[in-house]
Amino acid sequence: MSEAGHKGVLDWSIQPPYLHAPYVATVRRAPHHPLVPLAASLMERTGPVYGEGDIGPLDHDLTKNAAKNGEPLGERIIVTGQVLDENGRGVPGVLIEIWQANAAGRYVHKNDQHDAPLDPNFVGAGRTLTDEKGFYRFISIKPGAYPWKNHFNAWRPAHIHFSLIGRNFSERLVTQMYFPGDPLLEYDPIYQGIPNTKARSRLISRFDLETTQPEWALGYRFDIVLAGYDQTYFEPGGH
Amino acid sequence: MRAQYPSQTVGPFFAFALVREGGNILVDEQTLGERITLKGRVLDGDGEPVDDALVEIWQADAHGRFRHPADPQYAQADPHFKGFGRSGTTGEGFCFQTIKPGPVPPSPVPCIAVRVFARGMLIHAVTRVYFSDHDNTQDPVFAGLDPVRRQTLVAQRCELPSGVVYRWDIRLQGEGETIFFDL
Repeated sequence: MSEAGHKGVLDWSIQPPYLHAPYVATVRRAPHHPLVPLAASLMERTGPVYGEGDIGPLDHDLTKNAAKNGEPLGERIIVTGQVLDENGRGVPGVLIEIWQANAAGRYVHKNDQHDAPLDPNFVGAGRTLTDEKGFYRFISIKPGAYPWKNHFNAWRPAHIHFSLIGRNFSERLVTQMYFPGDPLLEYDPIYQGIPNTKARSRLISRFDLETTQPEWALGYRFDIVLAGYDQTYFEPGGH
Repeated sequence: MRAQYPSQTVGPFFAFALVREGGNILVDEQTLGERITLKGRVLDGDGEPVDDALVEIWQADAHGRFRHPADPQYAQADPHFKGFGRSGTTGEGFCFQTIKPGPVPPSPVPCIAVRVFARGMLIHAVTRVYFSDHDNTQDPVFAGLDPVRRQTLVAQRCELPSGVVYRWDIRLQGEGETIFFDL
């Protein structure tokens, strides 16, 4: 995507291109010029630092953080995993924000006109910080598939949006987590917009019996590898 | 080595999770530096405003320091300055209440790091914004850019009765397309 010789943070053999015509909205929003290589300055090697004070006690539990008079409807799930850097080390202190549709496939957003019910006990937004080893955990409801107008009979596979802010400006990822065995993945131009089949399959979470809690919730495991400038560059004793 | 995970679009429905009240205000009453408003639109290839984009900024404080341990002057960074802001583009476009950052050596001029997300973008775009009242050719990055295209990174200073506003549009595509970086 940019000139040869520049080793940027993003691996363009893995990342989706800006233009992917089957996803119609890319056609007028994809930049046409090639990206210009940028050697990161101190500005891109720093970024916001988050702490426990930024997170409320129920922020990670979407079944409780918007409950008004009961539990939300749907299949209760636990989504957990580890955020790793490209060297396989857990990344602590990552702000993970998630958002999703409810069990019926409806978002709490004025522009979502899908004829499916809202759930008075579910908003579908949560946030947490990874622990010192990079682990995170959310409790939620399995989102429903929903229709969109990209093409005739277009349905998005069930997904949870993930936003990750890592240790500096360069360490940033917005992606979507999918569920194993979803037949809609094959037809989804957003998922299929990642040309590398191995890379896109990493966005499918794994059902995990160890995470599953008896009589309570199904567990899904979703590890995430986050690219970014190596923090040890500036750390005393780093190499 | 582990393979990095691919990006997916932020989609149209992120605001209820990512856009919080005050998230576009980086200052409080005690923040040091010149108060500025940075505002503009995100435009698509037809020149139409994109009303469901998300813009994030990251910048130094008034003395060119970052509140982050990678900055050797971390301890002296302004505790009343957030440095990071987010704005949706519903209605008028994006808008940030911030300060003019100090220059960060080796550059003698200030700039702000910017990232754009939107429905229709499978991956975000990274750019920078510079200020019209500085000689940006002194900046090592700016100096190396195409002299015509680099004007897309310059916000225009407007001194209004309500305060200093820098106007800057982000053009995703087409004539006057903003320079985007491979960071």
